[in-house]
Amino acid sequence: MKKILIYSLITVFTFSMLLIGTSCDKAGEAEEEVTEAVTEAVVEEVEEEEEEEEEEEEPVKFTFWHIQTVAEQALLWHDLADEFMAEKPYVNVDITGYENENFKAKLTTVMQGGEPPDMFQSWGGGTMIEYAEAGLLRDITSFMEEDNWASDTFTTGLSAFKYQDNYYGVPRDMGIVGFWYNTDLFNQAGADIPTTWAELLATCQTLKDAGITPIAIGEGDKWPGAFYWEYLATRIAGEEGFNAAYSRTGSFADESFVEAGEALADLVAINPFQSGFLSALWEADASVAFANGDAAMILQGQWGAGQFESVNADIMDKLGWFPFPEVEGGAGGPYDAIGGGNGFVIGKDAPDEAVEFLKYISSVDSQIKQVELGMAMPVVKGAEVAIEKETDKLIAEGLSKAEYYQLYYDQFFPGAVGSVINDSIQGIFAGTLTPEQCAQAIEDAVAQEMD
Amino acid sequence: MKAKRDDDISRTEPRESRYIKLKDRLTITWFLLPAIALFLIFLVYPIIQSIYYSLFDWKGFGPAVDFIGLGHYIRILTDKIFLKAIGNNLIIVVLSLAIQLPIALMLALVVGRKLRGRGFFRTVFFMPYILSEVITAIMWMFLYNADPDRGFINAIITLIPGLEARAWLGELNLVLPAIFVVLTWKYFGFHMLIYMAGLQNIPTEVEEAALIDGANKRQLITHVTLPLLGGTIRTSVYLSVLGSLQVFALVWIMTKGGPVNASELMSTYMYRFSFIRFELGYGSAVAIVMLIIALIFSLTYRRILARPDYLA
Repeated sequence: MKKILIYSLITVFTFSMLLIGTSCDKAGEAEEEVTEAVTEAVVEEVEEEEEEEEEEEEPVKFTFWHIQTVAEQALLWHDLADEFMAEKPYVNVDITGYENENFKAKLTTVMQGGEPPDMFQSWGGGTMIEYAEAGLLRDITSFMEEDNWASDTFTTGLSAFKYQDNYYGVPRDMGIVGFWYNTDLFNQAGADIPTTWAELLATCQTLKDAGITPIAIGEGDKWPGAFYWEYLATRIAGEEGFNAAYSRTGSFADESFVEAGEALADLVAINPFQSGFLSALWEADASVAFANGDAAMILQGQWGAGQFESVNADIMDKLGWFPFPEVEGGAGGPYDAIGGGNGFVIGKDAPDEAVEFLKYISSVDSQIKQVELGMAMPVVKGAEVAIEKETDKLIAEGLSKAEYYQLYYDQFFPGAVGSVINDSIQGIFAGTLTPEQCAQAIEDAVAQEMD
Repeated sequence: MKAKRDDDISRTEPRESRYIKLKDRLTITWFLLPAIALFLIFLVYPIIQSIYYSLFDWKGFGPAVDFIGLGHYIRILTDKIFLKAIGNNLIIVVLSLAIQLPIALMLALVVGRKLRGRGFFRTVFFMPYILSEVITAIMWMFLYNADPDRGFINAIITLIPGLEARAWLGELNLVLPAIFVVLTWKYFGFHMLIYMAGLQNIPTEVEEAALIDGANKRQLITHVTLPLLGGTIRTSVYLSVLGSLQVFALVWIMTKGGPVNASELMSTYMYRFSFIRFELGYGSAVAIVMLIIALIFSLTYRRILARPDYLA
């Protein structure tokens, strides 16, 4: 009797597992169906009209993944897709928006499965090159040569999406990392805008003395802290130092990279960060702390303003921006910049329509809307006119003055190296790695990958 | 019943019995086939595939071509962070056995007996186990928030004079205990349920007899109830250790193994290398090492400790 009971239980479990499997699929489909239903309705409408023209084209469907979580920004992609689909009724754009970290995790799994989305968010650089080498991306060079698409795009931005003379995608945004600050809190503490690293340390002390948390950081994400080390390395080692280490004539364990770590350790020693910064996340914690006026500064990219505004619109009146301070005696120039931007690449199996859609959303009009929504610094000639915010002007000025422009290390290098860089720098923030150990860990990872 | 059936078989003709056996076997095979197929496809095949990939320096894209033999395994066993991850796993195992299971056992003894509102308590204690790990993790991240204005635990603590808000998930020496609290909160109800089931199998006559013989409550528990619960406790220890070795989702969501590997576990280490550092070959090797560790524990435990009660 007992055995019969056990076996029937097992059978029920097995079947229920199978059912769970199938119902999961259905749940996923249900979500898609909602978006599909909307787009299909549009498609059907126009298709009816077109029947008169006799020539019916095969329906084309492609997927588009972006990482815009601010509602107005995500809506822009949907609006543009609707416009595009109205022009080409046989096309169906399947849009999915992911949160940044989730996007990276999800993309990795589909890439390892060999099935990339047709059009998706990318920062170019080493990670993109890895995908291109594995044959997961589509070469769109021939499309870019038409209608001045390539020549209308700023070369600094475009070069991040180039690999062996071929383009695999285009940027939509290009900017530099710098300090966003709260002018109210600075006035309140009587703090000055620092132009050198030593002054930055002094400013942090002044703010602390006034009872204000000087810097917010989401070091749980790791890349926000890596900006500090990378910028210090850019200031101290300069373009030559970096190129020597990258081309393997020098080393990332060289004195200048250790000094970058030491300068960062000096900052960490003052403890200028909000409490719990080691596990804090950029979007959920650090940007919230800064936008709510709980911290005076935050080192972030050009996308900062858009995020702060979505958290607390009041911050916009007191939002300031200054470039990363100089380091006395460093080899790098004062305008050299760490930066990068967002763009889209095309998956290997994407139809031509996906590339056409990419071109469509890279238009000057689209760029102007992106600038207005605070989600981009323009990369297409003619869109600069849209820059109105004072802070955006400062970033654009910093970008134009940069003689040496370095893509963030974690995107410039292949994933394996980028992740070691971010992990090791977090060690300096936590005090578990010395500047020497951090530089050596980065050097080891680079050596393993490049030599 | 059993003896009678044996008799029946011995009395039947040999040929016929063989025929029945063959028929039985066929039936058995038919019934086992789906299970075996699932087992092979979803368990054996992936393990073999992992072993294969673990011998290559492979990023996870395209075919694996860069054969490096056992290189990954040597690197794993000399990597300080992996050794630390094993250490953290062991800490969780020890804490689970020393704190989580005794709590579960105590509660089972309390709510498994006559106690007013025991049904209510049982439900409440079991509730955390029903929640998904993701929801649990996110809920506790809110509770643990370092900012007293946003985190419940810090809000309570700052009300008490002399205590300061702590970054529970952001301090190197606090993060692992903080995670253990969540694990205990989530899983003690499950072990409590196992113990309660065990308690139901103890005949009340035995306990009554002990009471009549003059045993007090304490003696009753230590000399009668606990020894009779032996098998159940061994099962629960077994599940708890294996569970502790496999913790993943909760920790990955709350800390990603951080800050700076302070809460790194074997599973988070494997995930980091497979899907963030793009070293799927190395990640596969880590998975195989994890499998071997769990297998060694499993086999030795069954051999040494999981003897039937009457031999203990």
